[in-house]
Amino acid sequence: MEPITTHTGIGVPLKQSNVDTDQIIPAVFLKRITKTGFDDALFYAWRKNEDFVLNQEPYKNGSVLVAGPDFGTGSSREHAVWALRDYGFRVVISSRFADIFYGNSAKQGLLAAKVAQPDVELIWKELENNPGSEITVDLESCTIRCGSVDTTFEVDNYTRWRLMEGLDDISLTLRQQEHITTYEATRPSFKPTTLPAKT
Amino acid sequence: MRCTCESVEVVTVQWFPGYMAETTGEKPLTLAEKVWRDHVVVRGEDKDGQRSPDLLYIDLHLVHEVTSPQAFEGLRLAGRPVRRPDLTMATEDHNTPTLEIDKPIADPISAKQVDTLRANCEEFGIRLHSLGDANQGIVHVVGPQLGLTQPGMTVVCGDSHTSTHGAFGSLAMGIGTSEVEHVLATQTLSLKPFKTMAITVNGSLKPGVSSKDIILAVIAKIGTGGGQGYVLEYRGSAIEQLSMEARMTICNMSIEAGARAGMVAPDETTFEYVKDRPHAPQGEDWDAAVEYWRSLRTDEGAEFDAEVIIDADELEPFVTWGTNPGQGVSLNESVPDPTSFHDPVDRESAERALQYMDLQPGTPMKDIRVDTVFLGSCTNARLEDLRKAAEVIKGREKDPDVRMIVVPGSAKVRLEAEAEGIDQIFKDFGAEWRFAGCSMCLGMNPDQLAEGERCASTSNRNFEGRQGKGGRTHLVSPVVAAATAIRGTLSAPSDVLQPTPA
Repeated sequence: MEPITTHTGIGVPLKQSNVDTDQIIPAVFLKRITKTGFDDALFYAWRKNEDFVLNQEPYKNGSVLVAGPDFGTGSSREHAVWALRDYGFRVVISSRFADIFYGNSAKQGLLAAKVAQPDVELIWKELENNPGSEITVDLESCTIRCGSVDTTFEVDNYTRWRLMEGLDDISLTLRQQEHITTYEATRPSFKPTTLPAKT
Repeated sequence: MRCTCESVEVVTVQWFPGYMAETTGEKPLTLAEKVWRDHVVVRGEDKDGQRSPDLLYIDLHLVHEVTSPQAFEGLRLAGRPVRRPDLTMATEDHNTPTLEIDKPIADPISAKQVDTLRANCEEFGIRLHSLGDANQGIVHVVGPQLGLTQPGMTVVCGDSHTSTHGAFGSLAMGIGTSEVEHVLATQTLSLKPFKTMAITVNGSLKPGVSSKDIILAVIAKIGTGGGQGYVLEYRGSAIEQLSMEARMTICNMSIEAGARAGMVAPDETTFEYVKDRPHAPQGEDWDAAVEYWRSLRTDEGAEFDAEVIIDADELEPFVTWGTNPGQGVSLNESVPDPTSFHDPVDRESAERALQYMDLQPGTPMKDIRVDTVFLGSCTNARLEDLRKAAEVIKGREKDPDVRMIVVPGSAKVRLEAEAEGIDQIFKDFGAEWRFAGCSMCLGMNPDQLAEGERCASTSNRNFEGRQGKGGRTHLVSPVVAAATAIRGTLSAPSDVLQPTPA
């Protein structure tokens, strides 16, 4: 997982509230066997509409999504985060995130930045007036800059630390490797092993 | 033993009650707490009255083709190895066909999942029992059969019915794909401790009543969310009298009550079952193991957060009428009237269920005709299940309009049944004798109900469309399935074993 300290990229206004995970990625894509390559599945139904924001230049190459409140509600599918990440998003800005989505994001290196709704609207306005504007998100100072808009975002300390260090769940556990090895040495010899196979 | 309450009571205890005092060695512990204690690698920290999760060691990780591909891909992308291939084992079950297993799998998605598992096991050095292998079969049948499931272990698998292995007194849980990857990479999981609930089943089961009826009655009593946040411990004389295979049926369906796991304390029945299986401890190891296993009983005075008491003597064969496993009644009863439910959510759910199931309130359950009988699944497809069903049908005739499919839980169960001539009893009866796998329990392979078809099924879930789009499922025990195949309507074994009055 790539660490993020600051990120600068094109802002994409998604002026909708309650963007649920079925909209982010429909269930039909859950049959895939990969963990990457979900970029084509992101907002699959909406992207069929040519007016949808991601079908517009310059938003196609956006990496900071600016959405309405309650982003990521519904099914717990981790694929929603994979799809956003694979498309190229590093940051999602919203005033409120669904709990599971928020947790899943942190695990995959996607920053879910909580910004007060009035500020979200200021950013939308800025993007509307100057399409293709870049947004700079700084995790160190928890600030967001977009043209004339300068604001802060909320992220809990633990998530912030993880994102800045680029640590996924497994990396975190692997920091305890010594303890795991010590525990393994105490396991009784009667515990079974699958190898060598006995049948 | 102090019983804290008579029936389910929601007690807000975030951590094991015995957990904190455990360091001082004073507090009596439940079985679940002991197994937990013995697997803590790193203890969570207390912060602001909250405790971060403990890191637990996993003794056995079972893998199948559906929930593992992304986990292996995650390892590959991060360049990580599997930490303990020797504590990991895979089998093909969810997608595998039960007919013509020597031919390529027809459905391209199923074939791809199976091929991917084979490639991943090869790449990461994991033992795999493939289709055609004598130890292929449903992952929860194969583990115990090989003696890999033993008392006091932590067992995980990317499948909710992993709770099956709790029958041995192990802490066994279903996990998601990210957790599968985490266990592959670290052999550990971060877990918050659970609450504990005792399910005490007193008395003895009447003939024709089985462990499936116990668990269906438990779920009907506490509801599909009644076990949420709990590890259930099944105990009491009726549980002690059960065989290991019957105990597995009960623990298997713990998840249908919403529980994270279900357990039975290991006893002589458990030791006898494990002894001499391929991976059972040998010699001195066996003695040391049994000594440890004997300590895995809930201590005198240990407290559960909740308790449910069931009288086994009162139990009759049970059957579901609705679309969740909690919507069940005794076979002697009738389809309930939705207006009889006080809770508006239950009432609405019953109305919806009856509409989907195409049933009228007041219809005697035994008048309901079925099209298909499915004897299979990780709940009820072990040798004993097949034997008991075979006993009921032997020398009797199948209702000509009923299709019966028998799918042994593993290739080994199939072979053992054939060695006893059980396959011939089913074949003579007119049932289809299939190869092993999950099959019609969830219809990921071609074994599915047609739209509107009604099925008496020994599986674990009667959800809408679970066994095929528009299919209607009644969950039953193997002997009820067998009796139903004879009469064509939902039936108890006593209906066929005794002559019915004219």
